[in-house]
Amino acid sequence: MAEEHNMRRVTAIKNGTVIDHIPSGQALKVLELLSLSTDTSVPVSLVMNVPSKKMGAKDIIKVEDRELTQSELDRLALVAPESSIAIIRAYSVAEKLNVNLGDEVRNVVRCTFSNCITQNPREPLAHRLKVTRTDPLALRCHYCGRPQNMDELILNLL
Amino acid sequence: MKGLITMDDLTNDDIHNILADAQRLLPVARGETYLPLLQGRILGNLFFEPSTRTRMSFETAMKRLGGDVVNLGDVKTSSVVKGETLFDTIQMVDGYTDIIAMRHPRQGAARYAQDAARVPILNGGDGAGHHPTQTMLDLFTIQQSHGTLEGLTVILAGDLRYGRTVHSLSHALVRFGCRLIFASPELLQMPTEIVEDLREHGADVTETDDLLGNINQADVVYMTRIQKERFADEDEYAKVAGAYKLHARDLGNVKSEMIIMHPLPRVDEIHPSVDATRHARYFEQAFNGVVARMALLCRLLGIEVPAEIQGGEA
Repeated sequence: MAEEHNMRRVTAIKNGTVIDHIPSGQALKVLELLSLSTDTSVPVSLVMNVPSKKMGAKDIIKVEDRELTQSELDRLALVAPESSIAIIRAYSVAEKLNVNLGDEVRNVVRCTFSNCITQNPREPLAHRLKVTRTDPLALRCHYCGRPQNMDELILNLL
Repeated sequence: MKGLITMDDLTNDDIHNILADAQRLLPVARGETYLPLLQGRILGNLFFEPSTRTRMSFETAMKRLGGDVVNLGDVKTSSVVKGETLFDTIQMVDGYTDIIAMRHPRQGAARYAQDAARVPILNGGDGAGHHPTQTMLDLFTIQQSHGTLEGLTVILAGDLRYGRTVHSLSHALVRFGCRLIFASPELLQMPTEIVEDLREHGADVTETDDLLGNINQADVVYMTRIQKERFADEDEYAKVAGAYKLHARDLGNVKSEMIIMHPLPRVDEIHPSVDATRHARYFEQAFNGVVARMALLCRLLGIEVPAEIQGGEA
């Protein structure tokens, strides 16, 4: 019942994407990761800190009229690896997707080490962070080899 | 194997084979015999920050083997000062040369260059990152003195935080089952992530601030320079650095075969009185930079070093 009530805090969407089970307080970061904080072309609804049986508390995001792609959603693994995603068509769940980080995060964030070669914004090669552990997530820069500071990482989104 | 960026690019067998090649190349490195294995090949020396030994020994190695060298020259007068990216510089030099030796102040620059280049890159130091060609000459020196790389007790002393030579060397020594003792002031301790990495690989690592209290256990003492600019004031530097200096009188009870190494330049961490002792190896070590780099240049250019070299040791 609680879950159902949460979903109704905002109107059901006709078409689009619902991102559920975002760790409480991380929804704003998710919006940033998916560039939804600056994209004003589609309606976005957000609920934060609502009760969840599975997580205690969680955030939910609904994006109308836009089906996020798998590669866009994979970026979520940086802050919300356990989130569940539903593609909605005509008010029904048409597809369920999972976040999948793979073994490398490419061109999503810049290395957090201040003396890494990739700090020069004019260097053209891809930003590459290797996944060294998934739970909890740990990343290392392909170039400088430094383990990433996960708190700072979100500030380095490309 | 394309280039040599970190010691992870070499297996233990690769290391043994390259050291064996280096051993056979000694008379060529000394100029006792001429062996133009690299005739017609050009090395691009790209040193984006100062270097004396590494740059000169690469150049000597190439020329002793009949090859040629082009230099980036002073960074202040090259296109780098005009804002050229490393990517573009590498594209240019890649077209001019067969192999590149590079030092750069930014960490990760060598891996980046290798991803941008067609020719092999030899990492001659990237920020506080890696310096694998130094490690190869260090391993050569250790093997030359002890006849093995296996199971030795090695003290690494001084600036372990910023000293890239000790980072690469520690990783390599652990692969040969060496026991490591890191002796440094708290401010200049080995970075935590490196110590964790080494322990994950099963390393026996001890961290201490006491060099002289541990020196009698060592088969190798690897000294590094503590730089004044790392400290807030000169008094603090003087207080700390004093504990990481060696004098001949400190060596009374050390193992007879113990060797003292230093990547050079030294300032006053090794007193000249040590030079005449049986333990000093730092000048041989600097010479070994030529022979180790000769072996690496041949290896990366796919040139086999002959099994027997005229004037060589049997």
